Amino acid sequence: MSPPATSTPSASVDGAAPAGAQPPEPPAGPADRLGSRTGSAPACALLLVLLAVSVVLAIGMGPAVIAPDDTARYLWAALSGGRIAADEVTAYQIVWEIRTPRVLLAALVGAGLSAVGVAIQAMVRNALADPFVLGVSSGASVGAVAVTVTGGLAALGIHAMSVGAFIGALAASLLVYAASAGRGGLSPLRLVLTGVAMSLGFQAVMSVIVYLVPGSEATSTVLYWTMGSFGAATWGALPAVTAIVLLGVVLLHRRSRVLDVMALGDETAASLGVDPDRHRKSLLVVVSLLTGAMVATSGAIGFVGLVMPHLVRMAVGSTHARVLAVAPPAGAVFMVWVDLVSRTLVAPRELPLGVITALVGVPVFIVLMRRRAYMFGGR
Amino acid sequence: MNLGLDGLSVVTDGRALVRDLSLEAADGQVVGLVGPNGSGKSTALRCVYRALRPSSGTVWVGDDDLFRLTPRHSARIIAALTQDGAVDLDFTVEELVALGRTPHRQGNQALDRRERELCERAMRRMDVHHLARRGVLTLSGGERQRVLVARALVQEPRILVLDEPTNHLDIRHQVELLSLLRGSGLTVLVVLHDLNLAAAACDRLAVLSQGRLVTAGTPHDVLTAELVRDVFGVHADVVPHPLTGDPQLLYSLSPSPLNGSATPCP
Repeated sequence: MSPPATSTPSASVDGAAPAGAQPPEPPAGPADRLGSRTGSAPACALLLVLLAVSVVLAIGMGPAVIAPDDTARYLWAALSGGRIAADEVTAYQIVWEIRTPRVLLAALVGAGLSAVGVAIQAMVRNALADPFVLGVSSGASVGAVAVTVTGGLAALGIHAMSVGAFIGALAASLLVYAASAGRGGLSPLRLVLTGVAMSLGFQAVMSVIVYLVPGSEATSTVLYWTMGSFGAATWGALPAVTAIVLLGVVLLHRRSRVLDVMALGDETAASLGVDPDRHRKSLLVVVSLLTGAMVATSGAIGFVGLVMPHLVRMAVGSTHARVLAVAPPAGAVFMVWVDLVSRTLVAPRELPLGVITALVGVPVFIVLMRRRAYMFGGR
Repeated sequence: MNLGLDGLSVVTDGRALVRDLSLEAADGQVVGLVGPNGSGKSTALRCVYRALRPSSGTVWVGDDDLFRLTPRHSARIIAALTQDGAVDLDFTVEELVALGRTPHRQGNQALDRRERELCERAMRRMDVHHLARRGVLTLSGGERQRVLVARALVQEPRILVLDEPTNHLDIRHQVELLSLLRGSGLTVLVVLHDLNLAAAACDRLAVLSQGRLVTAGTPHDVLTAELVRDVFGVHADVVPHPLTGDPQLLYSLSPSPLNGSATPCP
């Protein structure tokens, strides 16, 4: 049995002790540097504080402005079962019944889309990939429109359309998976190409439905789903989405090192003991459920899942343990403010979220990309 | 640990890329795989680092059938430098090297101090220590290649498999890398294109052509003018290295009219 390469005495410049012998307490030397950048906890904590502040501020703002301290008081009253004065009931209801679920949903979806974007970009090795590249969003739209037009799932009441969208999203993922899985395994490029092709197919199906079924309801459903909005947020749908998103983000974060390795390519992954196909399959399940749940509640909000991963990598580097700790809270903060702008800028009308994410995101992204030497695959 | 390719065949889409290849590398031996483009060298290596499952035959590591081990287990024994060295994400050099510890760590578990020192030493050894904080995508091809070798070393393998490791390396780093391989004590299976470097670096050479093993043996036995002509379609004069005695090939760009043995390429 031969000794490991790096502990073989050789004529290298290496003056360090051999692998077996560990000096008791080495001074802060080069060896400690490797550990120093793994800490993303401060950034994450800072963003969570920022998120809490943003949530309270955003809940207070809208057509009826409510001061942050009042907002905090109402929230506390709602959570602790406290009492409020009779003349404050309207303000309380606005805060608790309408705005709080909406802002919380925005935060959740922002976090989820960012995390999914990070995972998808690593797993298909493509800088242009976003949560919707695998056809999930157009599948969801078909599901929602089908439910609207046929009146199916009526037993589910107001949740029928969301459930329809969720089923559509999962069906789309399954189809993309089935069509791209071949003898050679689930190759990243084939997955993306199939996803893009399927998206176009689903959009065609949607157009056919809208074209054939008279009435504007199908049209407005399509519009709603392709633009995205948190306008339909209620307390009723929130627990399920919260559970799926939080669980999904945790599951993705636990695969950080696997994602690191997968970004090195299938050959290298195999040589490091990571079976890329097996991980791609299980990641696909997590990512589909997450995206499906988010699209079902708020439509396909573009841009966040594409750009937030890049922005976060520019700030903290590419290691996924760090990126996946920072991207979800960063995406949550961003989405809370985007939603605030969307419902206040031209109130009482609402701007579609996708419009604002793009209007804010594109310039920020371009400025950052020009300033920092950021690279994703080549130069 | 000895490595044995045993009747290895790889067939894809009805084409046999490797046919019934058997090859032994004894513990600590450096075995070179040479052959023209498309002769199945990389395909054979891919089976050893488990990017590919052979259609028939197997690979032995010590007394174990490689394909009965878990991927993690075999990655603790065999490290590879693959052809697919492209990196998408701009990891820093030290981050990329640290990923060599993946088969030894569970989940996202951080490296302990011994492992961080291991990474430091590997980077020093491959002369990339000064680049530790640089983004991998900013490096030159040769620097990146050395970083990838460092990553393979921190895997603490007993068998090292390298697919054209001297690609992109300047001549100094080519010589240094190959002498490192020789001095490592590891069992090494390496694909090389430079027959002179292969002759100097390897204990044994195996020559592949069209997926088949043509011959295997010491560089002295294998590298003859006839073999180079038959397998590579090139005329070369074989002379002994003045210091080491290793066979060295001198190529002429056009078949010499003075040399009757020159034949047209097939």
